[in-house]
Order: sequence, then structure tokens, then C-alpha cells
Amino acid sequence: MTLLLQVQGVTKRFGGLQALTQVTFDLPKGQILGLIGPNGAGKTTLFNTINGVYHPEEGRILFKGQDVTNKMPYHLAKMGMARTHQIVRPLNELTVRENVMVGACFGHENQSLGKAAKIADEVLEFVGILNRADQLAGSLNVAQKKRLEMARALASHPHLLLLDEVLAGLNPSEIDGMIQMVLNIREQGITIIMIEHLMKAVMNVSDRIFVLDYGEQIAEGSPNEIVNHPKVIEAYLGDPKLAEQLMEEE
Amino acid sequence: MKNFQKYIGIIIPLLVIAGLLLYPAITGKAAARETAFTILKAIALASSLNILLGYTGYVSFGHIVFFGFGGYVGFYLLSTQGMSLWISILAGGLSSGILAFLLGKAILRLRGAYFALATIGVNEAMRAFINNFDLFGGPTGITLNFKAYLAYGGAAKALEMSFYVVGALAVLAIILSYIIRTSKFGLGLLAIRENEDAAEVMGVFAPDAKTWAYVLSAIIPGMIGVLFFFKNGNVEPHDAFPLHASIELLVMVMLGGQGTVLGPILGAFAYQGMRGYLVTSDFFKDIQLSVSGALLLIIVLFIPAGAIGWLRQRNAILRRVLA
Ligand SMILES: Nc1ncnc2c1ncn2[C@@H]1O[C@H](COP(=O)(O)OP(=O)(O)OP(=O)(O)O)[C@@H](O)[C@H]1O
Ligand SMILES: [Mg+2]
Repeated sequence: MTLLLQVQGVTKRFGGLQALTQVTFDLPKGQILGLIGPNGAGKTTLFNTINGVYHPEEGRILFKGQDVTNKMPYHLAKMGMARTHQIVRPLNELTVRENVMVGACFGHENQSLGKAAKIADEVLEFVGILNRADQLAGSLNVAQKKRLEMARALASHPHLLLLDEVLAGLNPSEIDGMIQMVLNIREQGITIIMIEHLMKAVMNVSDRIFVLDYGEQIAEGSPNEIVNHPKVIEAYLGDPKLAEQLMEEE
Repeated sequence: MKNFQKYIGIIIPLLVIAGLLLYPAITGKAAARETAFTILKAIALASSLNILLGYTGYVSFGHIVFFGFGGYVGFYLLSTQGMSLWISILAGGLSSGILAFLLGKAILRLRGAYFALATIGVNEAMRAFINNFDLFGGPTGITLNFKAYLAYGGAAKALEMSFYVVGALAVLAIILSYIIRTSKFGLGLLAIRENEDAAEVMGVFAPDAKTWAYVLSAIIPGMIGVLFFFKNGNVEPHDAFPLHASIELLVMVMLGGQGTVLGPILGAFAYQGMRGYLVTSDFFKDIQLSVSGALLLIIVLFIPAGAIGWLRQRNAILRRVLA
């Protein structure tokens, strides 16, 4: 079992605010890790620290065995890491296809424009917005922009994919489609970390789950272990009955 | 069909240049060549600025510094070192490119208004430096010995030749602009313009890409500077670093539509046409700069701070409505 990502004692502060405290976990190749926690727990900050947007005050991060703690986002992209953003960041004045081509051209495969256009169309087909390819990205609706985020990340053919709340703001049928997509991505051998508030979805999809609360890791384990973990119930779910309800929801 | 559209993007601009080059011969008026020279020079400068402003999304209020600096270096080599016009033009372009490279490392880290302010500072600092730089003649500048024109067949021939050289430089600027616009490098610049953080996350080496965009936007202005001072026969700090010329370039690029190959060309045309009218009209003669300032204001008022282009702005509103 090779470790794709190792996060070792990572601490991140914003002024007086301790956003991450001594976060440690290993991510084996091919797994889906669910990252959950209440609002403001530090989930997005952990992504930002992993992909080089922020640099931690303490600890180190290894990607494919290489220390990447102080690398920039573009270095990590070139090494095969891709992500989506919780708040979508479309390149508004470029077409949907051009947006995706950026991912293919500048990701770790460093594709030429011609090859990137082909990959873009494949990936757009996969995420279901190929019919929008020539439209400006700014004219998409929220669900389509989420798919665009996904397509851009996938176009780089990443080794590690960080998904930040790709289900938020989608309607139930869109959610089912997106979950299916995540499972299909894993089939392709891509390792995934997925931040998600929707319990049912994250429990179904993840191999393992990691729980953050106020920047501290309070639990890690299989979905079943997590949902019965007293600390998680207390911090995240608040009320054990609610936890049961959430799990039982069809 | 796609390819045809692609080529149209370069064919129309080149037809415009061809028309301008033929215009003096067709009208047969001496003044026509002067007018066409000014427009061609504006096209070359505006197209160069567009690489930074239109493609990369960085607003420079001091782009004329590359015209002045490269112009000074080349004109110095030409007038006091006896080098040929061609070598001097190349040297002017090269020195502006080097200046942009060094500046880029220092100020391209700044975003939005901070970068724009820094570019004004750079232009003013350069003017003050040249003003006190004895090698370049300090405040009085450098004057070309009339005999230098003999190597080009005399003053009249040299003037005529300058006209075709400015045409060639305009063509060069347009081809450069087109190549960047349709290249992978250009796609990276557009991504930076739209969202620099997102571009970096997708693997665009933004610091390097911005620096190279800055260098490429500086080279042709430096070459134009040398040619312009050669044609004038002298250079002074006052003529080399006029802040208002930087603003006029911004107006041209924004008027025509930044981020496209054709936009700055149309903008340069429209602005020079208007300017020509204002300068010859008694009423407007003294207020032409106020007019260009007002014009810039009108354009800027339709664009929220930090945003580039009215189309993009329209989409930002659209996005807010959708979200
Ligand atoms: N750039 C920043 N500067 C200062 N504080 C920040 C910054 N980014 C995040 N924070 C703070 O760090 C804490 C963790 O934020 P983060 O966005 O990582 O939470 P999250 O778990 O992703 O929450 P959500 O579920 O709402 O997305 C919050 O208190 C937030 O206000
Ligand atoms: Mg978040």
C-alpha cells in the first residue's frame, strides 16, 4: 500500500486564530477520504495548506513521498494534484472549453493546446456539460459551474483530487449524478479527499472518514466507526438521535 | 471554419496596416504620411500594451517608460556611438525588455491599483533619473547630427523610410499579439486575467508568465522610441516620458476592446482620429488632454475597480444574479 499523501503535525494560524492544530493523517493511493466537520472547522484551510495556497506554521506535508510543505499551488498542480473550490472560480470571460483546457495545458501532463481541446471535450462529456462548451463560463448556472470546477480538475488527469463541497447547492437529482461521478472517478484510479456536509453522501462514498472540529482532528475511521464515535456525535452531530436519523435517511 | 475565423483575426488587422501604408501614396499629400505615421505608432504601442492590459489583466499607467527608456538607449547609440539605425532599434527593444524583466520581478507581485500606481512611480522615477544622467545629456537631452541622415539617403529619404519602418513595427506588434493570443502561453495569461489564484491552482506559473508578458509588451515600444527620436532628430526627458501618453494608450486599448487583437487597432484609430480633430479645432486645442481624461473616466466608470473590459463586467453582474 503506497501512501500518496502524508500530513504530519500540520498547524496553521491566522493571526490569533488557530485554524489547524497538529493535523496528522496518511492517505493511501486509490482511496476516498471523507473530510467532515462543522462550519469553520478548518476543512477548506486544510485543503489550502495541502495544495500550497497557505504554508503551515508547523509540520510537513509529503506528496508522493516528496516534501511539498513550502511549494506553491502551481508546483503541486504540476506534480499531479488538482482541486475544486467551495466557492466556484470560473474564468468568466473564457469559454467553458477554454476553462477546461487550462487544466489540461498546465497540469502535470503539460498538454499542447490541440491535445488539451480533445481532453476538454472528453471531460466535459463525462461531467455532462459538453453542450455548453462554447458558452462563456460566466453564463453557467451554479450546478454547471460546479461541474466545470470538476472538469477543470479532471482534465489534468490528477493523481490526487481535492473536492470541496461539490454537492452543496445542488438539487437531489444533481446530487445523485455528482456522487455517481465521484465513484466513476475513483474507478479511474484517482485518489480523492472529499469535504462534504451531506452525511449520507459522504458515508456512502468514503473508504475512511476524518473529522475536524475547531481545527483539531477528533476522529478518524471507517464510516461506521465515525457515526458511532461519541466525540463526533457530540461535536459534529450534536445529538445522537439526529445522528441515527441522518444515517437512516434513505 | 474554425481556422478561417482564426485567420480572420490576423487578416483584418494586417489589411488595416496595409491601408495605412498606402494612404499617403493615394492621397499624395505630405501631411497624410505624418497622420498615418502617428496612427501606426499608436497601433504598435497600444497592441503592445494590450499584451499586459488586455491579456494578462494588469493595468499599467506608465507604459510609455519603455518607449522613453528604449528610445533613449537606442538614440544614444545612434547619435553618439555612430551605430546604425537597425542595431540601435534592436538595442532599444532589448534594453526595454530587460528593464521590464527587472521591474516585473519587483512590481508584478502587486495586484490591481497597487500595480497601476507603481507603474506611474516607475515612469516618474525614470524621467527624474534621465534628467540627471549626464551621459544622456541631462535635461537638454541628445540631438542628432544632421549628417547622420546621409547614411539613409538624406533627411527626406530617412523620413520616408521611417514611415515604412513604423509600418513594419506595427505589423510585428500585431503578429506578436496574435501569436500570444492563440498560444498556450496566452491561454495562461487569460487565465491569470480572469482569476490569478484559480490559474495558479490549475498549474499556471503566474509570476513567470506575468514577467514574460511584461517583457513582451515592452520590447516594441522600446524599438518605436528609437525610430521616433531618429525621425525627430532629438530626444528630451519631457518628450520621452509623457505620462499623458500612457493614459492615451490606455484609452485606446480600452476604447477598442482589450484582450482582442483588433481592439487596440480600432481604438488607436478612433482615438487618433478624434485627437487629430481636437488639435486642429481652435476650441478643443487646449483641452484635448481633458477630453482624453474624461474619456478614460467614462470608460472606467462603466468598469468596477479591478475588472477589465465591459463584457467581463456584464458577466460579473450576470453571475451575481445567477448566484
Ligand atoms: N485567509 C484567512 N484569514 C483569516 N482567517 C481565515 C482565513 N481562511 C479561513 N479562516 C478562518 O479559519 C477558520 C476555518 O475556516 P475554513 O474555511 O477552513 O472552515 P471550513 O471547515 O471549510 O468551513 P465551511 O464548512 O463553512 O466551509 C474559520 O474560522 C475561518 O474564519
Ligand atoms: Mg470550507
